[in-house]
Amino acid sequence: MLEIKNLHVAVNGQEILQGIDLAVGAGEVHAMMGPNGSGKSTLARVLAGQADYEITAGQVLFQGRDLLEMDPEERAREGLFMAFQYPVEIPGVSNTYFLKAALNAIRKHRGLQELDALEFLKLVRERMKLVQMEESLLNRPVNEGFSGGEKKRNEIFHMAVLEPTFAVLDETDSGLDIDALRIVADGVNTLRGPGRGFLVITHYQRLLNYVVPDRVHVLVDGRIVRSGGKELALELEEKGYAWLDGMAPEAPPKQTPEVVGA
Amino acid sequence: MATTLETPATGVAADAKSGFLADWERFTAERPRHEPAALTTLRRRAIERFAALGFPSQRQEEWRFIDFAPLARLVFRRDEAEEFAPAEAEVAPHRIPGAVELVFANGRYLPQLSRVEGLPAGAAVTGLADLLARDPERTLPLLGRYASCERHPFVALATAFLADGAYVELPAGAVLAAPVHLIFLSRGDNDPERAPAGALVASFPRVLAVAGEASQLTLVETYAGDGAYLTAPVTELVAGPAAVVDHYKVQRDSPEAFHLATFQLQAERASAPSSHSLAFGGGLVRNDVNAVLAGEGVDCILNGLYVLEGRQLVDNHMRVEHAAPHCGSHELYKGVLDGHARAVFNGLIYVHPGAQKTDAKQSNRNLLLSRHAVANSNPQLEIFADDVKCTHGSTVGQLDDDAIFYLRSRGIGADAARSLLTYAFASDIVARIKVEAVRHDLEEFLFARLPKGEVVRQAV
Repeated sequence: MLEIKNLHVAVNGQEILQGIDLAVGAGEVHAMMGPNGSGKSTLARVLAGQADYEITAGQVLFQGRDLLEMDPEERAREGLFMAFQYPVEIPGVSNTYFLKAALNAIRKHRGLQELDALEFLKLVRERMKLVQMEESLLNRPVNEGFSGGEKKRNEIFHMAVLEPTFAVLDETDSGLDIDALRIVADGVNTLRGPGRGFLVITHYQRLLNYVVPDRVHVLVDGRIVRSGGKELALELEEKGYAWLDGMAPEAPPKQTPEVVGA
Repeated sequence: MATTLETPATGVAADAKSGFLADWERFTAERPRHEPAALTTLRRRAIERFAALGFPSQRQEEWRFIDFAPLARLVFRRDEAEEFAPAEAEVAPHRIPGAVELVFANGRYLPQLSRVEGLPAGAAVTGLADLLARDPERTLPLLGRYASCERHPFVALATAFLADGAYVELPAGAVLAAPVHLIFLSRGDNDPERAPAGALVASFPRVLAVAGEASQLTLVETYAGDGAYLTAPVTELVAGPAAVVDHYKVQRDSPEAFHLATFQLQAERASAPSSHSLAFGGGLVRNDVNAVLAGEGVDCILNGLYVLEGRQLVDNHMRVEHAAPHCGSHELYKGVLDGHARAVFNGLIYVHPGAQKTDAKQSNRNLLLSRHAVANSNPQLEIFADDVKCTHGSTVGQLDDDAIFYLRSRGIGADAARSLLTYAFASDIVARIKVEAVRHDLEEFLFARLPKGEVVRQAV
């Protein structure tokens, strides 16, 4: 579903990502861990389509299509979702009503009929439950005055409404206490399914106790230095990132045959 | 279609000022015999002041952002032959259902298109010329009392040519729930370069509104028109003690029009006046908004929204005078500028020596949507009391790129995202408009003006 091939990304002339290879199949949850400055957020933002990054080599295919050629809104309409690490506050724009415009843009792109206000509100009421979203946050301007935890839950709420085929969660767990973390994790787990892929970017292993990944990759200095199963996350937790210092990137693991179709 | 005009006895005017001076003599000679002497005296004083002041120059601080030279070279005429006689179809789009409405064409009152019903006892909503003929004592002591023609050339000019307009009065304790709506339509020539025989139409609408003690009034003024013309309205609004007055000015003149207005608010003790200025039209617009807080305990709100494109210029010139203690004034003016538009905001807060416990807030925020739009924002504080709170702030900025990206990342297209954020910027001013028809029209205007407005309509 998502294939990253030899991706090199520079910012202000400095190379941050130095040849990323990654393949996430439909229904799979991959975790990307790494110390600060490893390039995790750069990867997330490049996937989302943020403008300040220079792609110096490589490509990204999303459902077989060239992702890097698409505008951010096109990526969303094709089914990509990004839960931001620092969701921006947007005064004057209702959290609910802008989502309606977004969902309808996505539905229109897919040839589906747009939802009217009543139908949309019905959908929202249903999806709110997934992240235990308070009614009061529905009508507030997007993220305005939301606590850190509320902002992260709001990201998952958006995901629940927009029903993407692939979601990138950029440090969704940072700044959350254990209760908020569980709510976010429950939301993500409810949305897991055979037709959906996830790339969970995280610094700490804690989230991965609740959102159990199929594969774990470790990013250091812009390269994936290790990949493994969920145990790798536990090993890292135990030994710390310093364990990986000086480690050369492993040869990429033998690729399993691609699961075709999404 | 050519129109024949009497040329002044002195010959064809060379420029606007000499044209007005020559025309004034004729205008005065043609005044009805019953014109009260006091009014003639006022008009004479006014034309003398206009003659002395002339058109403003950019060397004057108050006028430094507007070049009046091109306007001063034009020739103007009044619509004496009453050429502009709008039909109901032209008035209808502006009407507010249920309002008490007076309609004017090039400054002339049209009773047949006006609707005056359901007024409380003792209240008046009437054409000014009629009232000056029937009962001059009712208005004369107040006309020109607050908007002085001594130092302002356009108040002087408008007062010199004072002929018609609106008079609104609510007696003490009267509550008028329906808005009083004054519709000023103008029709001018479409080619400003025409020879003097086709000079541009100028009109001088005058409004005098008096809200008695503890009364409640909602007053809406709409300015709209076609073609090239000059309109120089002067509105004097008196909020009596403890009166609650909500004033709205909707300015949707044609893009070729000159709109040079003065709004003068006199607020008495414990009154709660508000004024909302919505400016979308006109080519050259200058709004002088003057509020004098004359009694204790006044709470005055001045809001404004200007949405400009093309080569429009709107200059909002505010003067709030705290002349008594314990008064509050809150100004919030927001601008959305596209194309090569230009906005000027000058906000003077003047606090008299005895005006202790003044609470004055002023904020001007400008959103630039294009590289060529320009906003000048100049707050001025002159504070002569020592126990006051005065804050002011100005911003000139662009849309937040992070916010645009966030909306796009959710599937909203780039144009729609920008429009959504632009609408959001204006939305607090929109929300403060209590007259539903005015607020609705403003929303519709914004949806029509903004790219992908239909998406914005769904999302708000």
